[in-house]
Amino acid sequence: MNTHFKTYHPYVSPFDPCKPILEKAYSTPPNLYMGFQPPNLPQFTPSEALKAGTLWKAFYDPWFSPLEPGKGGLPQ
Amino acid sequence: MWIYEKKLQYPVRVGTCNPRLAKYLIEQYGGADGELSAALRYLNQRYSIPDKVIGLLTDIGTEEFAHLEMIATMIYKLTKDATPEQIKAAGIEDHYVNHDKGLFYHNAAGTPWTAAFIQTKGDPIADLYEDIAAEEKARATYQWIINLSDDTDLNDGLRFLREREIVHSQRFREAVEILKDEQGKKKIF
Repeated sequence: MNTHFKTYHPYVSPFDPCKPILEKAYSTPPNLYMGFQPPNLPQFTPSEALKAGTLWKAFYDPWFSPLEPGKGGLPQ
Repeated sequence: MWIYEKKLQYPVRVGTCNPRLAKYLIEQYGGADGELSAALRYLNQRYSIPDKVIGLLTDIGTEEFAHLEMIATMIYKLTKDATPEQIKAAGIEDHYVNHDKGLFYHNAAGTPWTAAFIQTKGDPIADLYEDIAAEEKARATYQWIINLSDDTDLNDGLRFLREREIVHSQRFREAVEILKDEQGKKKIF
Protein backbone atom coordinates (compact mmCIF):
# COMPACT_ATOMS: atom_id res chain seq x y z
CA MET A 1 0.00 0.00 0.00
CA ASN A 2 1.47 3.33 -1.05
CA THR A 3 1.09 6.48 1.04
CA HIS A 4 -1.14 9.20 -0.46
CA PHE A 5 1.35 11.95 0.27
CA LYS A 6 5.07 12.40 0.73
CA THR A 7 6.99 14.99 2.74
CA TYR A 8 10.30 16.80 2.45
CA HIS A 9 12.24 19.33 4.51
CA PRO A 10 13.29 22.43 2.58
CA TYR A 11 16.28 24.56 3.56
CA VAL A 12 15.47 27.15 6.22
CA SER A 13 17.52 30.34 6.38
CA PRO A 14 18.13 32.16 9.68
CA PHE A 15 17.05 35.29 7.76
CA ASP A 16 13.68 34.02 6.48
CA PRO A 17 11.10 36.84 6.78
CA CYS A 18 8.17 34.55 7.71
CA LYS A 19 7.85 31.68 10.17
CA PRO A 20 9.29 28.76 8.19
CA ILE A 21 7.28 25.65 7.34
CA LEU A 22 9.74 22.92 8.33
CA GLU A 23 7.99 20.06 6.60
CA LYS A 24 6.27 20.36 3.21
CA ALA A 25 3.92 17.77 1.82
CA TYR A 26 2.70 16.86 -1.64
CA SER A 27 -0.01 14.56 -2.93
CA THR A 28 0.89 11.19 -4.49
CA PRO A 29 -2.50 9.70 -5.44
CA PRO A 30 -2.90 5.94 -6.06
CA ASN A 31 -3.07 6.26 -9.85
CA LEU A 32 0.68 6.92 -9.84
CA TYR A 33 1.40 3.38 -8.66
CA MET A 34 -1.24 1.11 -10.17
CA GLY A 35 -0.03 0.66 -13.75
CA PHE A 36 -2.73 -1.22 -15.68
CA GLN A 37 -5.60 -1.85 -13.28
CA PRO A 38 -5.66 -5.56 -12.32
CA PRO A 39 -8.99 -7.46 -12.43
CA ASN A 40 -11.26 -8.12 -9.42
CA LEU A 41 -10.24 -5.19 -7.21
CA PRO A 42 -12.54 -4.47 -4.22
CA GLN A 43 -15.47 -2.19 -5.08
CA PHE A 44 -17.64 0.29 -3.21
CA THR A 45 -21.38 -0.35 -3.23
CA PRO A 46 -23.09 1.64 -6.01
CA SER A 47 -24.37 4.32 -3.61
CA GLU A 48 -20.99 4.61 -1.88
CA ALA A 49 -19.32 4.88 -5.29
CA LEU A 50 -21.58 7.77 -6.34
CA LYS A 51 -20.52 9.57 -3.19
CA ALA A 52 -16.82 8.70 -3.40
CA GLY A 53 -16.39 9.55 -7.07
CA THR A 54 -14.91 6.14 -7.86
CA LEU A 55 -16.13 2.55 -7.91
CA TRP A 56 -12.72 1.26 -6.82
CA LYS A 57 -11.58 1.45 -3.21
CA ALA A 58 -7.95 1.42 -4.35
CA PHE A 59 -8.37 4.80 -6.08
CA TYR A 60 -10.18 6.57 -3.22
CA ASP A 61 -8.03 9.41 -1.91
CA PRO A 62 -10.15 12.24 -0.47
CA TRP A 63 -8.69 15.73 0.07
CA PHE A 64 -9.81 17.95 2.96
CA SER A 65 -9.23 21.63 3.63
CA PRO A 66 -7.28 22.61 6.76
CA LEU A 67 -10.25 24.97 7.31
CA GLU A 68 -12.70 22.06 7.62
CA PRO A 69 -12.67 21.26 11.33
CA GLY A 70 -12.01 17.65 12.27
CA LYS A 71 -11.46 16.49 8.71
CA GLY A 72 -7.68 16.48 8.63
CA GLY A 73 -6.07 16.51 5.21
CA LEU A 74 -2.48 17.05 4.24
CA PRO A 75 -0.22 18.48 6.93
CA GLN A 76 0.34 22.13 5.94
CA MET B 1 -24.24 12.99 -31.10
CA TRP B 2 -25.02 13.50 -27.46
CA ILE B 3 -27.92 12.80 -25.16
CA TYR B 4 -28.45 15.34 -22.40
CA GLU B 5 -29.70 14.38 -18.97
CA LYS B 6 -31.06 17.40 -17.12
CA LYS B 7 -29.36 16.81 -13.80
CA LEU B 8 -25.91 17.32 -12.30
CA GLN B 9 -23.40 14.47 -12.11
CA TYR B 10 -23.07 15.09 -8.37
CA PRO B 11 -25.33 17.31 -6.24
CA VAL B 12 -23.99 20.85 -5.73
CA ARG B 13 -24.60 22.36 -2.30
CA VAL B 14 -23.22 25.72 -1.27
CA GLY B 15 -23.41 26.19 2.49
CA THR B 16 -22.18 29.74 3.05
CA CYS B 17 -22.64 33.11 1.34
CA ASN B 18 -19.01 33.62 0.34
CA PRO B 19 -18.81 35.11 -3.20
CA ARG B 20 -15.01 35.17 -2.95
CA LEU B 21 -15.03 31.41 -3.55
CA ALA B 22 -16.48 32.13 -7.02
CA LYS B 23 -13.26 33.99 -7.83
CA TYR B 24 -11.28 30.81 -7.17
CA LEU B 25 -13.76 28.46 -8.85
CA ILE B 26 -13.65 30.42 -12.12
CA GLU B 27 -10.14 28.95 -12.58
CA GLN B 28 -11.75 25.53 -13.13
CA TYR B 29 -14.32 27.10 -15.46
CA GLY B 30 -12.22 29.05 -17.95
CA GLY B 31 -8.64 28.37 -16.84
CA ALA B 32 -5.92 26.49 -18.72
CA ASP B 33 -6.38 23.37 -16.59
CA GLY B 34 -10.12 23.86 -16.16
CA GLU B 35 -13.01 21.71 -17.25
CA LEU B 36 -13.69 23.58 -20.52
CA SER B 37 -10.08 23.13 -21.60
CA ALA B 38 -10.23 19.46 -20.65
CA ALA B 39 -13.47 18.75 -22.56
CA LEU B 40 -12.37 20.54 -25.73
CA ARG B 41 -8.86 19.04 -25.59
CA TYR B 42 -10.04 15.42 -25.40
CA LEU B 43 -12.98 15.69 -27.78
CA ASN B 44 -10.69 17.29 -30.36
CA GLN B 45 -7.75 14.91 -29.96
CA ARG B 46 -9.97 11.87 -30.58
CA TYR B 47 -9.88 12.28 -34.37
CA SER B 48 -6.17 11.62 -34.68
CA ILE B 49 -5.68 8.83 -32.14
CA PRO B 50 -5.72 5.02 -32.60
CA ASP B 51 -9.20 3.44 -32.60
CA LYS B 52 -8.58 1.59 -29.34
CA VAL B 53 -8.58 4.77 -27.25
CA ILE B 54 -11.06 7.01 -29.13
CA GLY B 55 -13.91 5.84 -26.91
CA LEU B 56 -11.96 6.74 -23.78
CA LEU B 57 -11.41 10.30 -25.01
CA THR B 58 -15.10 10.58 -25.95
CA ASP B 59 -16.23 9.34 -22.53
CA ILE B 60 -13.86 11.50 -20.49
CA GLY B 61 -14.36 14.57 -22.70
CA THR B 62 -18.12 14.22 -22.24
CA GLU B 63 -17.78 13.83 -18.47
CA GLU B 64 -15.69 17.03 -18.36
CA PHE B 65 -18.76 18.93 -19.64
CA ALA B 66 -20.73 17.46 -16.74
CA HIS B 67 -18.02 18.81 -14.41
CA LEU B 68 -18.14 22.20 -16.17
CA GLU B 69 -21.85 22.30 -15.41
CA MET B 70 -21.21 21.61 -11.71
CA ILE B 71 -18.60 24.38 -11.49
CA ALA B 72 -21.00 26.75 -13.28
CA THR B 73 -23.73 25.92 -10.76
CA MET B 74 -21.38 26.58 -7.84
CA ILE B 75 -20.29 29.96 -9.25
CA TYR B 76 -23.85 30.96 -10.08
CA LYS B 77 -25.12 30.09 -6.60
CA LEU B 78 -22.28 32.03 -4.98
CA THR B 79 -22.84 35.20 -7.03
CA LYS B 80 -26.50 35.42 -8.06
CA ASP B 81 -27.66 37.25 -4.91
CA ALA B 82 -24.51 39.23 -4.15
CA THR B 83 -24.91 42.98 -3.65
CA PRO B 84 -22.44 45.37 -5.31
CA GLU B 85 -20.84 45.81 -1.85
CA GLN B 86 -20.38 42.05 -1.49
CA ILE B 87 -19.02 41.90 -5.06
CA LYS B 88 -16.44 44.53 -4.14
CA ALA B 89 -15.56 42.82 -0.87
CA ALA B 90 -15.07 39.54 -2.74
CA GLY B 91 -12.70 41.17 -5.24
CA ILE B 92 -14.80 40.25 -8.29
CA GLU B 93 -15.84 43.78 -9.27
CA ASP B 94 -13.74 43.56 -12.47
CA HIS B 95 -15.91 40.65 -13.56
CA TYR B 96 -19.07 42.48 -12.49
CA VAL B 97 -18.45 45.63 -14.57
CA ASN B 98 -18.01 43.51 -17.69
CA HIS B 99 -20.46 40.62 -17.16
CA ASP B 100 -22.79 41.50 -14.24
CA LYS B 101 -23.73 38.11 -12.65
CA GLY B 102 -23.13 36.29 -15.93
CA LEU B 103 -20.54 33.55 -16.13
CA PHE B 104 -17.65 33.95 -18.51
CA TYR B 105 -14.78 31.73 -19.62
CA HIS B 106 -11.75 33.31 -17.97
CA ASN B 107 -9.34 32.17 -15.30
CA ALA B 108 -9.02 33.38 -11.70
CA ALA B 109 -6.74 36.21 -12.85
CA GLY B 110 -9.26 37.37 -15.50
CA THR B 111 -7.40 36.09 -18.59
CA PRO B 112 -10.04 34.97 -21.13
CA TRP B 113 -10.05 31.35 -22.26
CA THR B 114 -7.99 30.73 -25.38
CA ALA B 115 -7.36 27.70 -27.59
CA ALA B 116 -3.67 28.30 -26.83
CA PHE B 117 -4.44 26.62 -23.47
CA ILE B 118 -4.78 23.25 -25.26
CA GLN B 119 -2.89 21.29 -27.90
CA THR B 120 -3.30 18.51 -30.43
CA LYS B 121 0.06 17.22 -31.56
CA GLY B 122 -1.27 14.36 -33.68
CA ASP B 123 1.22 12.06 -31.96
CA PRO B 124 -0.82 9.69 -29.75
CA ILE B 125 1.78 9.35 -27.00
CA ALA B 126 2.42 13.11 -26.87
CA ASP B 127 -1.32 13.82 -26.73
CA LEU B 128 -2.01 11.25 -23.99
CA TYR B 129 0.91 12.52 -21.91
CA GLU B 130 -0.57 16.02 -22.20
CA ASP B 131 -3.91 14.62 -21.03
CA ILE B 132 -2.30 12.91 -18.01
CA ALA B 133 -0.54 16.17 -17.12
CA ALA B 134 -3.82 18.09 -17.50
CA GLU B 135 -5.60 15.73 -15.09
CA GLU B 136 -2.83 16.02 -12.48
CA LYS B 137 -2.85 19.83 -12.81
CA ALA B 138 -6.62 19.94 -12.42
CA ARG B 139 -6.32 17.65 -9.37
CA ALA B 140 -3.81 20.05 -7.83
CA THR B 141 -6.03 23.05 -8.64
CA TYR B 142 -8.91 21.40 -6.77
CA GLN B 143 -6.60 20.84 -3.79
CA TRP B 144 -5.69 24.52 -3.61
CA ILE B 145 -9.32 25.64 -3.98
CA ILE B 146 -10.41 23.23 -1.21
CA ASN B 147 -7.57 24.54 0.99
CA LEU B 148 -8.93 28.10 0.59
CA SER B 149 -12.53 27.13 1.35
CA ASP B 150 -14.18 26.50 4.71
CA ASP B 151 -17.51 25.62 3.07
CA THR B 152 -17.90 21.90 3.85
CA ASP B 153 -20.86 21.47 1.49
CA LEU B 154 -19.01 23.05 -1.43
CA ASN B 155 -15.82 21.13 -0.62
CA ASP B 156 -17.82 17.90 -0.73
CA GLY B 157 -18.57 18.53 -4.41
CA LEU B 158 -15.00 19.64 -5.09
CA ARG B 159 -13.69 16.44 -3.45
CA PHE B 160 -15.82 14.41 -5.83
CA LEU B 161 -14.41 16.34 -8.80
CA ARG B 162 -10.84 15.87 -7.55
CA GLU B 163 -11.41 12.12 -7.23
CA ARG B 164 -12.60 12.02 -10.84
CA GLU B 165 -9.32 13.65 -11.92
CA ILE B 166 -7.47 10.76 -10.25
CA VAL B 167 -9.57 8.17 -12.06
CA HIS B 168 -9.23 9.97 -15.42
CA SER B 169 -5.47 10.16 -15.03
CA GLN B 170 -5.43 6.41 -14.33
CA ARG B 171 -7.43 5.68 -17.48
CA PHE B 172 -5.16 7.85 -19.65
CA ARG B 173 -2.15 6.04 -18.19
CA GLU B 174 -3.80 2.74 -19.12
CA ALA B 175 -4.41 4.11 -22.65
CA VAL B 176 -0.66 4.71 -22.96
CA GLU B 177 -0.07 1.12 -21.86
CA ILE B 178 -2.51 -0.10 -24.56
CA LEU B 179 -0.70 1.90 -27.24
CA LYS B 180 2.73 0.69 -26.08
CA ASP B 181 1.36 -2.74 -26.95
CA GLU B 182 4.24 -4.90 -25.77
CA GLN B 183 2.43 -6.27 -22.73
CA GLY B 184 2.52 -10.02 -22.24
CA LYS B 185 3.92 -10.64 -25.72
CA LYS B 186 7.16 -12.19 -24.44
CA LYS B 187 9.02 -10.58 -27.33
CA ILE B 188 12.71 -11.39 -27.47
CA PHE B 189 14.93 -8.64 -28.77
